[in-house]
Parts: sequence; structure tokens; C-alpha cells
Amino acid sequence: MSDGFIELRGIRKVFSGVVALDAMSLVIKPGEIHCLAGENGSGKSTVIKIMSGVYQPDGGEILIDGRPIPAMTPIEAIAHGVQVIYQDFSLFGNLTVAENLAMNVHLGEKRRLMNWRRTRAIAREAVDRLGVELDLDAEVASLPTAGKQLVAIARALMSDARLIIMDEPTTALTRKEVETLFRIVRDIQARGIAILFVSHKMREMLEISERITVIRNGRKVAEGPTGDFDEALITRHMTGGDILNEPYAWNPPPGRAPAPRLEIRGLTVPGKCEGLDLAIRPGEIVGLSGLLGSGRTDLALALFGMVPRYEGEILIDGAPVRLRTTQEAIDAGIAYVPEDRLTEGLFLPQSIKRNMLATSYERLARKLVIDRSQAEEMTQGMVRAMQIATPTAEKPVMQLSGGNQQRVVLARWLLTDARVLILNGPTVGVDVGSKAEIHAKIRELAQHHGLAVLMISDDVLELVQNCNRIVLMHRGRFIEDLPAAAVTEETVSDRLKTFT
Amino acid sequence: MALLRRSETVIAGILLLAMVLIGTINPAFWQLDNLFSLMRSNVIIGIMAMGVLLVLISGGIDVSFPAFAVAAMYLTIKGMLALGYNGVVLPLLAATIMGLAFGAVNGFFVYKFRMIPLIVTLGTSAMVRGFLLGVVGTSMININKMPTALIEFARTDVVTVAKPDGTTYGLTAMVLIYLGLALAMHLVLRHTMIGRSAYALGGDPEAARRAGFDLRKTIFFIYCVAGALAGFAGLLHSGMIWLANPRDFVGLELDVIAAVVLGGASIFGGRGSVLGTMLGVFMLVMVKNSLIIMRVDTTWQLVVVGLIVIAATALSAWRDRRRAA
Ligand SMILES: Nc1ncnc2c1ncn2[C@@H]1O[C@H](COP(=O)(O)OP(=O)(O)OP(=O)(O)O)[C@@H](O)[C@H]1O
Ligand SMILES: [Mg+2]
Repeated sequence: MSDGFIELRGIRKVFSGVVALDAMSLVIKPGEIHCLAGENGSGKSTVIKIMSGVYQPDGGEILIDGRPIPAMTPIEAIAHGVQVIYQDFSLFGNLTVAENLAMNVHLGEKRRLMNWRRTRAIAREAVDRLGVELDLDAEVASLPTAGKQLVAIARALMSDARLIIMDEPTTALTRKEVETLFRIVRDIQARGIAILFVSHKMREMLEISERITVIRNGRKVAEGPTGDFDEALITRHMTGGDILNEPYAWNPPPGRAPAPRLEIRGLTVPGKCEGLDLAIRPGEIVGLSGLLGSGRTDLALALFGMVPRYEGEILIDGAPVRLRTTQEAIDAGIAYVPEDRLTEGLFLPQSIKRNMLATSYERLARKLVIDRSQAEEMTQGMVRAMQIATPTAEKPVMQLSGGNQQRVVLARWLLTDARVLILNGPTVGVDVGSKAEIHAKIRELAQHHGLAVLMISDDVLELVQNCNRIVLMHRGRFIEDLPAAAVTEETVSDRLKTFT
Repeated sequence: MALLRRSETVIAGILLLAMVLIGTINPAFWQLDNLFSLMRSNVIIGIMAMGVLLVLISGGIDVSFPAFAVAAMYLTIKGMLALGYNGVVLPLLAATIMGLAFGAVNGFFVYKFRMIPLIVTLGTSAMVRGFLLGVVGTSMININKMPTALIEFARTDVVTVAKPDGTTYGLTAMVLIYLGLALAMHLVLRHTMIGRSAYALGGDPEAARRAGFDLRKTIFFIYCVAGALAGFAGLLHSGMIWLANPRDFVGLELDVIAAVVLGGASIFGGRGSVLGTMLGVFMLVMVKNSLIIMRVDTTWQLVVVGLIVIAATALSAWRDRRRAA
């Protein structure tokens, strides 16, 4: 009865007592672009790993071309044409693009010798087939994320793929790169290859896919052609409720405006940004946007003591500070939630608790020994406040879903009693439901605890809804400082488009 | 690859600069007999460096090869004396196989128990040295007892030049053996899948596993080759210095690793080339040689070699970070 290429029926998967998938079903038809939507921890990555044979299901059936596959293994999956683009791409950074592309062919043919001319020919063909420009002799480590992704896609296409699965492929890409990716995805589809796509960005899902499956708590809750869905409907299915979004209003206490919590005067990082002036008062949430390479991240790093050679002045509550190390920045009351939580923020194999307390140990160990009960109390409080989906704070962060990992990073900084909070892409890879919760948390911190917040994001809507001011940056300079009440997502996006 | 070539050009440039500098301080440096003797000093360190290079590329490290070299050398010579055998090829083969067998032990522990190579090789090194001195013997075998065939072989010169005063000096033919082994290593690393698997393993072990490399084969190959080269170099060394000393090669691991890292190999794995390593070896030997000529104390030579390791590692770490950025 099934007209699908691959079908999951009643799949169940349990991780040490936690039910990740329960009676999950999914049908992917040949040659379609299918989106999988769901909140953080709803089981999307687990579904992918079951389809690719990385995990064995605890119940249910996997069918390919209508025939049940009794034991799916990674090799079996590849043999049936199921290819996964891993989030880390699984490439060799120290080798060239050509060698990375040809490696699987050589291995498949069980060769003993390395034929460089043939390697290039194989790679050339793979790249041409994808229709992109890639320097075959470049070392993969030197490529930007989008380039690495292209290499991974080109490699996946070389085997006779029938389904290519991409888990959150757009999180680290700029808008332009996303467009290129989508063009490629449509190209691949034109060859009759199906694509399964996971993303948290509603707009992208609606733009690219033909069919959508929504999962909640490990079960399918909705499925249908993309035309039947809109953002609100997907959100409702994902969360089981509506999310209202009212813009953030900063209400300074009546009378004199309070003194700035964070002030920068003429901040310059040679070659990155120049002569930046900015004041953020307690309770303000200031958005910062700009294209990649506009210097916004350099500004954030300078404020966090990671660019000791900056010039200009930084003042916290009116007192000048010199930030040469991250410790000095933390001591000055600055907290920074980095863009790339996996490499910059988290100790993945360590427990949630340790990760949360990573910057608080000094405070907890006032009397030389760590105050365990206080540590316990702090973590429990945070797990509850941030609504992290976990039975215990002792779980390694590695086992959390992406969005829950992001909350752990946030929680860590909230525990440091910071006065200035710098967020770089605070909700990248976070689903709508948790996004709203994280936003609410940030607003509360600003409003009730008097934090000064600098929110850097590519997501203009996020800034428009959560900031009282938006600063636009281009080529290392502030171009505009707009009150959020006076702009809409469109006006800001249009303004950003003029920067190139 | 263009980048790699560039890092070799840099090393060659630094080497040239150092040569000019040393040549100005000490004009005798450029004399042919000094250059010949320098090249001679490259042979043993260079052969061992080829093994260390392979291990470093795969993301491992080996500090056991000096112990393997001395054990293979001493056992072989003891055996030759006991049997009254006087030859070259068979003993060299025997020493190589002994080194290979020792290396296989390293490979076994690294692969089977996923142990850190530093700890494994520290352990095997101590065990082999202890066994050699405790069981086999502690006495040196001098020129009067050394097998003559080995000495004769190691004395072969490629060219001989006569000095005005009638004495002669030459370039040892052992240099050809070194060059031959280096060429072989280059071919293995660049043009065989097992060589490429070492780069893959050093680049990303998880990705290498997923891609379907037979990592057991790779790891055994790497440590066996490193051991075999050490065994071979050990015996050759005794022929060149006319002496078999069971306490030889102490501290040599630092010199060789310094030379390989100096030659651009990454201590974190995944990068390195034979040409770079040869340049690194030459640079290290030259620096040590000049220190001796300048009568710098051996203890201070140690300080210099230590500094070189740290500086070269820091430099390559910085380079790798910049590339990845
Ligand atoms: N290896 C594992 N061990 C234990 N629990 C796991 C493991 N992998 C996933 N889980 C749990 O299974 C559930 C589903 O996780 P999964 O990673 O599939 O979510 P996701 O939908 O991909 O979320 P995100 O959008 O945040 O990436 C989560 O509760 C997670 O904690
Ligand atoms: Mg996921």
C-alpha cells in the first residue's frame, strides 16, 4: 500500500528509560523534499539516526520500497541509497577537497595505491554534477562552513543516493548561502532524489519543502502538503498551543534616564571595527545586526576580553574597565553567550550541572571547599527556570538535544550575576516554543534585574520583537541606531540588503 | 597541497638563513669536509625521523624508538658474536624485524586498548631498555670485537677527496640509504592508500572510521614501520661508530621529535611531509653541530633542543589555527 521510498511504522526508541520516540511514523516519497519539524528534544535527530542505521529501534518497522528491512545498519542504509549529511560533515580538514571527495570511491574499490590524477577526475565530476565552484586543491579546513557543506553534499551525491538527509543544514549559513543551498537542493530533487530536511526556521521550511511532518514528544502529530500549513499552524502542532509575541517595551523609571550600564567610546579593533560608540542603559535590550564579517562578532569578543589589543574606552556603570582577558570581563560583570555553543561554550561529555557551574565555581568555593548544597540548589533552580528537558542535572550535555544545550549555556551565564549580557545568536537551532521561552527569560532579566543586553542576531524578526533599539553594523562601523518601535522586520531587512 | 609546499619553502628559507648565519660566525662551516660530516650525522636521526613522521601524521607519538633501536642493535651484534657470523644483509634484516616486532607491541596496545600512544611507548621503552640491561648485558662491545663486515660496510664512501696534506675524507654511502628510505616513505605517504589512511586517521579518527578505513591495519602498519626503521637505524649506527653500546640513544627521542616538528609536521596529527622532515633533520643536526663547535656545554645543548621543540610546536599550532579560521 505504501507509495513511499522509505517508511517508518510505529517506531519506538528508548534511551535509558527516556522515551525518545513512541509510535513514530513517517513516509518519504521518492524525489520529494520533506521537512521534519518539531521542538527541541522532540526526536528529530533520533528519527534520522534510525533511518540511517546508527540506532536500532526498540520497536516498529522500517520499510524501503515497501519491503521491511529487519536490521538497518549504516552499511545497509548506504546500500539502499540513504545518505546523511552529518552536522559536523565528517570530513577530513587536513586533506584537500579532491581527496575528501574521492576517498569513498577509492575505499569502495579497495585500492592499495593512490592515483592522484584519478582522484582529481572523480572530484571534478562530483563537483560538476553539483554545479558549484569549489577549489579542488584547497584544504577542507580552510573552507567556510558553507564550503564544507558543499563538499559533504557532493560526496553524498557520488554514491547512488536516493535520499539525502540534512539535519539543520542552515543554522551556520548566511542568507545568501542558504539560497545557494536551496538551489542545490532543488537541483538534486530534479534528479529524482528525495531530501529530508530538518530546520527550526519556519520560513525556510515553508519555502523549500513539498511536504511537512510535525512531531511532538516523539510522535507524529501532523503531516501533509506544505500548502496546507502556515507558521502559526506548524507552531500550534509543535507546541500544542499558540505563542504570542508582543514587542519589548523598555520603560525607564520616570524622571532622569538611568546612567548607562555599558558604555563604549571609540572602540576600535584594528582591521575589524572602528570608532564604535554605544551606551546601553539598565533594562535595555539592544539588537545588533549586520552581514557576516561586519565586525559584530569582533565587537562582542572585544567586550568579552578576547581581543586584548582593542583601542578605545569601555565603561561599566560609569567606571572605566580594561578587558584584556575573559576573567577580567567576567569580573567586570560581562557575560557572553557565544555563537557556536559546541566549540566555544560547552564541555559536551560533562554533566549539565558542571557545565552550568563552570563559571561559578570560584564563587561557590569561597571557603576553599565547594558548597555542594548550594551548587545543587543553583542547578536545580536553573534546570527548572530554563525548562531543560532532563530527568537529572547529572546527564551529560552531549545527550541533550540542540536547543536544550543552548539553554544550558544561557543558564551558566545567568548564574554569574552578570550586569551586561551579550548574546550572539541566542536562539540559533532552537525551536519556536523554546525560542519564546528564552526570549521571555531575557526580557525578564533586563526588566526586573536591570541587565543591559546586547543581542546579536541574523534573525531580524527576533530583534524587532525583543529589542527596544536596533543597531545596524557594516564594514566595522555602526550605520544606524533605530528605535524598535519605529521599524518592522521588512524595513530592517531591506536596509540590510543595501549593505553589500 | 599548495599550502604544504609553502610551509616547506618557509622551512627551507629558515634553514638557508641559519646556514648563512652560522657560516659568518664560523667560516669553516662551508668547508666540504664539514658539510660531508654534517650529512653523515643526518643519516641515523633522519631514518628514525621517517618513522616518527609517520606516527605523528597519524595523530600518535612514539618515544620508544630509541629503546627499540638500541635493543635491536645490541641483540643482533651479540647474536653475531655468539654465532661467529660476519655479514651485513642478514644482520640488518634481523635488526629490522626485531624493531618491527617491538613496534607491533605498541600497535597492539594503541589499537586494542585505545591507549594513549605516549603512555604505551613510554611503557614499552622502559621495558625494553630494562630487559636489555638486566638480561642481555651492560658491557660495551668495542672495535676489537665488533663484526668487521659491518664496519667495512659503513665505511663505504660515495666520493673521496684528498686534502692538500695528503689525508682524505669522503661522503659516506650511508647517505644513499637514508635518501632511499626517505624516498620510499614519501611514496608510501603520498601514493598508497595506507599512507593516506595515516593522514585520515590523524585528521579525524571518527570520520576515518565512518569512511570505512581499516584502522587496525593502519595503526599496526604505522607502529611496525616506526619500529622497523628504528631497528635498522640502530644497527647501522653501531657500524658507523664501531661500537655497540647498550646504553646508547638515551634522550634521542627528543632530538628526533624536535627535528620532525621543526620540519612542519603537526604534533596534533594530520600534517607533515618527508621533504619537510628532511629539512628539519638537517636544521637540527646543523644547530647541534655548531653548538659543539662553539664549545657550548652539552647541558645547554639540551636547553636549545627543548626550546626548538616548544618553538616549532607553538609555530605549527599557530599555523593550524590560522588555517582552520
Ligand atoms: N544518545 C542519547 N542518550 C540518551 N538520550 C538521548 C540520546 N540521544 C537523544 N536523547 C534524548 O532523546 C530525545 C530526542 O532527542 P533528539 O536529539 O532526537 O531531539 P531533536 O528533535 O533533534 O532536538 P533538537 O531540535 O534540539 O536538535 C531528547 O530528550 C534527548 O535528550
Ligand atoms: Mg537535533
